[in-house]
Amino acid sequence: MKALFDFMDKKIGPLFEEGGKFERLYPLWEAGDTFNRTPGDVTPSAPHVRDSIDQKRLMIFVIYALIPCILFGIWNAGNQFNIANNVEDASLMTDILRGATMVLPIIFVSYLVGGLWEVLFAVIRRHEINEGFLVTGMLFPLILPPTLPLWQVAVGVSFGIVIGKEIFGGVGYNILNPALTARAFLFFAYPAQISGDKVWVGTAKTAFDNSPIFGTVAENVDGVTMATPLAVAAAVEKGGDVVQALADNAGQGYTLLNMTLGNIPGCIGSTSVVAIVLGMIFLLITGIASWRVMFSGIIGCVAMGALFNVLPLDNPFAALPFVYHLVMGGFLFGIVFMATDPVSASATNTGKFIYGFLIGALTVLIRVANPAYPEGAMLAILFMNVMAPLIDHFVVQGHIKKRTAYARALNNA
Amino acid sequence: MASAAKKLLMDPFSDNNPITIQVLGICSALAVTVKVDTAIVMTLALTAVVSLSNFVISLMRNVIPSGIRMIVEMAVIATLVIIADQLLRAFLFDISKQLSVFVGLIITNCIVMGRAEAFALQNPPKASLLDGLGNGLGYGIVLIAVASIREILGFGKWLGFQLPLGDNFMGNGLVLLAPGAFIILGLLIWGQRTLTKYVED
Repeated sequence: MKALFDFMDKKIGPLFEEGGKFERLYPLWEAGDTFNRTPGDVTPSAPHVRDSIDQKRLMIFVIYALIPCILFGIWNAGNQFNIANNVEDASLMTDILRGATMVLPIIFVSYLVGGLWEVLFAVIRRHEINEGFLVTGMLFPLILPPTLPLWQVAVGVSFGIVIGKEIFGGVGYNILNPALTARAFLFFAYPAQISGDKVWVGTAKTAFDNSPIFGTVAENVDGVTMATPLAVAAAVEKGGDVVQALADNAGQGYTLLNMTLGNIPGCIGSTSVVAIVLGMIFLLITGIASWRVMFSGIIGCVAMGALFNVLPLDNPFAALPFVYHLVMGGFLFGIVFMATDPVSASATNTGKFIYGFLIGALTVLIRVANPAYPEGAMLAILFMNVMAPLIDHFVVQGHIKKRTAYARALNNA
Repeated sequence: MASAAKKLLMDPFSDNNPITIQVLGICSALAVTVKVDTAIVMTLALTAVVSLSNFVISLMRNVIPSGIRMIVEMAVIATLVIIADQLLRAFLFDISKQLSVFVGLIITNCIVMGRAEAFALQNPPKASLLDGLGNGLGYGIVLIAVASIREILGFGKWLGFQLPLGDNFMGNGLVLLAPGAFIILGLLIWGQRTLTKYVED
C-alpha cells in the first residue's frame, strides 16, 4: 500500500500540479485522490483543530444514510411493477432485478451528466470538484418516479447543477437545494412525466423488459393508472371521508401501515417511512444533519395538520388526522435529507427551528389548501430555502439588540 | 456612415444593450416573448415609438422648461404609443390582441423615457433619431432571441412554422412561463457578458 501511495504522490501527482503536463486537469486528480484517501496535509501553525471529519467525509455519510432508501426503492419499483403487470412467478429476486433495471439507469445518468458539468466547471474555473455533488447526484434520482425518461433525468440534473448551483459559484454559495431545483424544473417543464397517476408504476415496453429472467409478463399493457395517496386525498369530494377513500383506492388501498412500510407507488426513494427513519437515526447519531431542522419540521407538520383538524372547514382533506401527513408523500424524506442541506438551510440555531417549523407547516398548507399541487414538500422547502437568509438576518439582529441592551444595563448599573 | 453616427446606431446592439447591459424593459421582455411573431411586432412598435419620441423631444429640447420636461416627454410618448396601438389594431388585429396591454405599456417602458431623458434632451434631432433607432433594435434583438428560444423549446416551432424535430419532441412547459423567460434572459446576459468581458462596477 505504501509503495502505491508513494508512486501516486511522487510520480503521478506532480503531472497534475503547477507546471505539470496535465495542470488543467488538476481538479480531477484532486477529487480522485481525496475521495479515496484522507489528505495527509496538516495545518503548519496554531491553532489546531484535529477532527477526522471534512466536507468529503460529511457528504459520504449522507450517502450511507441513503442506502436503506436506495435498496428499498429498488425493490419497491420492481415489486409495484410485478404486481400491476400481473407478472407470474414473481419473487423477491425478480422484484429486485426488475427494480434495478428501472432505478440504476436513472442513478447512473444523474451521476454521469451531473458529473460532466461538475468537472467542466471545475476545470474552467480552476476550483476543486465540489463534494456536494456526491449527495445531489443521489438525492435527485430518489425523488423521481421510476418511469421517468432518462433524457429528462439528464436535462433535470443539468439544470439543477448549472442554474441551481454553479452560476452562484458552486457548493456553499447556492441559494436553493440543487436536487430539488432539478426536480422543480422537471415538474414545471414536463409535468406529464413526473405528476399525475400514470407515472408511478412501470410497464414492459421492450423485448428486454419481457425477458424471462424477470418472470413472465402475463399481458403487456400501455400504462398503469395508480394514484398516489396524496392524489387520492386531494380528489375527495366535499362531504367525503379521506381515510375511507384512501383505504378504498382502486388497485391498492392505502392504510397507515402500508404507507409507513412504503410498499406503495411513489417516488423511488421516498415512499418508505421505515427506510427514511433508519437513515435519519444514522444522521442524528453521527451529527451530520441538524436535529433542530428535523425536529421542528415534524412539529410544524403535526401542528398545522392538527390545526386543520380542529378548524371548521368544508374541506375533507383538512379533516384528515394529522398523523397521515407525516407518512404520506415526500415530506419525511424532504425534511430529513433535503431541508437539512447545510448550505441552503438557515445557519443560526434559532433560525433552524423557525426554518424547519415553517417547512412542515407550509407543506401541509399547500397539500390541503392548494388543489393545483398535491404535494407541498418540494415547494415548501424551496420557498424556505429562499427565506433562510432573511430568518438568519432577524435572528442575528435580535441577538445584537439583546446584547446591546445587556451591555447598556451593565454600564448604567 | 460617419463613425459617430455608426457608434450611436450600433452601440446598443451589444456594448450598451438596453436589456442585457442596462437591464431596462425587462417586464415586456418577459411578457411578449412566448412567440416570435409577437416579439417582432413589439420590436417594431417600440422602435418606432422610441426613435420618433427621441426625434420630437430633441426638436423641442431648447423650448421645454426643465421644471415640466417629464410631463412634456410623457405627452409626446403617450401620443406616439396611442398612434402605434391604433395602427396595430387596424392592420394586425390578431397580434394586437395577443400583445394586449403591452403595447399601451410602452408608455411606461424605461427605455423610451430613459433615452429621452439621457440623450434626446442634450443632442440634435438626427443623432437622437439614430440613438432611438439603435436602442429600439438593440431591445428587439434580445426580445427576438428570447422569443426564438421559448418558441422552439416550448412549441417546437419558429415563427409559427413546425420545425422537423420528430414525433418524440416534447414541449417544455417551463420556458412558456414567465420564470422560464427570466432564466433564459439570465443565461443570455451571462453569455454576452462572458464574451464581451463586461463587468458591472
